[in-house]
Amino acid sequence: MRILEGRKVTKHFGGLAALHQVDFDINQGEVAGLIGPNGAGKTTLFNLISGFLPITEGEIIYRGKKISGLRPNQICHKGVARTFQSTKLFVGMTVFENVMAASLFGTIRAVSLTEAEREAMELLEYVGLSSAATTLAKDLPVANQKRLEVARALATKPELLMFDEVMAGLNPVEVAESMDLVARIRRKGITVFMIEHVMKAIMGVCDRIIVLHHGSKIAEGTPEEIASSPKVIEIYLGE
Amino acid sequence: MNPMTKSLFTGGGIVLILILLAAMPFYAKPYSVISLTNILMYIILTVSWVIFSGSTRYISLASAAFFGSGIYTSALLGKTLPLPAVVVAGGLTSFILAFFIGLLTLRLRGMYFIIFTFSVSELIRHSLLWWEANVMGTVGRWVVMVDHTTIYHIILTIFVITMLTAYLVRRSRFGLALRSIGEQEEAAIHIGIDATILKTLTFAISASFMGAVGAIMATKWTYIDPRIAFDPHISFMPVLMAIFGGTAKLYGPVFGAAIFAYLEEILTTKFPYYYMLLFGIILIVVILFLPNGLLGLVQKWWKGGFRRQNANP
Repeated sequence: MRILEGRKVTKHFGGLAALHQVDFDINQGEVAGLIGPNGAGKTTLFNLISGFLPITEGEIIYRGKKISGLRPNQICHKGVARTFQSTKLFVGMTVFENVMAASLFGTIRAVSLTEAEREAMELLEYVGLSSAATTLAKDLPVANQKRLEVARALATKPELLMFDEVMAGLNPVEVAESMDLVARIRRKGITVFMIEHVMKAIMGVCDRIIVLHHGSKIAEGTPEEIASSPKVIEIYLGE
Repeated sequence: MNPMTKSLFTGGGIVLILILLAAMPFYAKPYSVISLTNILMYIILTVSWVIFSGSTRYISLASAAFFGSGIYTSALLGKTLPLPAVVVAGGLTSFILAFFIGLLTLRLRGMYFIIFTFSVSELIRHSLLWWEANVMGTVGRWVVMVDHTTIYHIILTIFVITMLTAYLVRRSRFGLALRSIGEQEEAAIHIGIDATILKTLTFAISASFMGAVGAIMATKWTYIDPRIAFDPHISFMPVLMAIFGGTAKLYGPVFGAAIFAYLEEILTTKFPYYYMLLFGIILIVVILFLPNGLLGLVQKWWKGGFRRQNANP
């Protein structure tokens, strides 16, 4: 069953077509990867889905309802959460407060303060940050900042979670931990759509991969199909 | 001391101070009451400015617009309505004005927001001046006079309500949401916070206190015109006082405003020719050496010494 569909998704920045008539589907429960060289339009696609940028043409449909045109807070309430390529934490607030704010405001249902506190503690435990609860977010090392973004996104109780290069800048051990986290999130029943440059990670956790190049979708398939596709090899390695 | 008794002590202390303040006209000299009225006015302006700008970090320079609207409301309605109603009307006028200014300007950020709010305030001042000079034919108005004790008590009431609001906002989920907006607005809207509504409403609430205090101060000055009512000085003072006091804790801006206002009073009487100069020097010293205001200084001292404590300052 499809959870998210894009129909002829197009985004122009002035004269530049960042995305051109991209059609895509994300199925319920899967881990879908989005890859492509720099400037391919991956983050732009995420920004359109999360409502951060207005769509130029086409539409994005979530669970059968059009979400393009809604504001990010409304899309979040529908059950779509994301992380950011360069982390956008509330750096002057504690780790706990970062997650707590998302628990309180992430759903349409009113959440009591005690409930939000309990949820925030549970989520910090889940991503392995409970010992840093009272630390200011800006004092965390990079790997933990990325984890905190994941915890904050999870606190909004999403059904679709988008990771924008959540493994970039991590060492091999941290990448392995992060892959494990993605697998655990998927076991919770949350659909994952992730942009990643770490090929080992994306090949290891994704069921399906979508390849963007110059704003167009050029390939789609299982990790094996993508790894052996001449077209993909050509854009990544040159002719 | 356990937290229960501690909060009981704090609560008792606050009530005692309030009783002493409320009874002040009965035991203190009229001059002290008048100058305290002035200080309370600045505290209200600063604390209400901090309610919005301190947490969201949208630096507003429109305080004069809201203060002035309160003053003009008082001038227009003072003869027909009872005093408490006039004060409430002043707050309401500024609430509505701020709500619309907020809808218009809160999509701007940083420098653009600062300049826009300042310009709106100036626009109102000059438009009103033009209107009075060219349409009404007379500039300025008389305001119904009220005795000092009544003014003082009303200001004290507004002060208590402002402090209570600031305290509750700070502790509530809305305070957390406002801080999230101040820290990283894009992330805040992505975790479901409706930043537009929240910013506009908070801006309007903060403006309503400025309007109320303007409405009552007008009765003290008795004569007002657009230059007095919308004096840009009033837009800058809350910002400076908040910086001076520090905004991390609720009492920061309170002491900042109180000390600053008292200093202004002393300096203007003792050094009428140099007071602006001295004022400037004090401010520069605070900004250069006390980036977190007086509050930062107190907290540092509280934590034990002025030694640098960690590797990541």
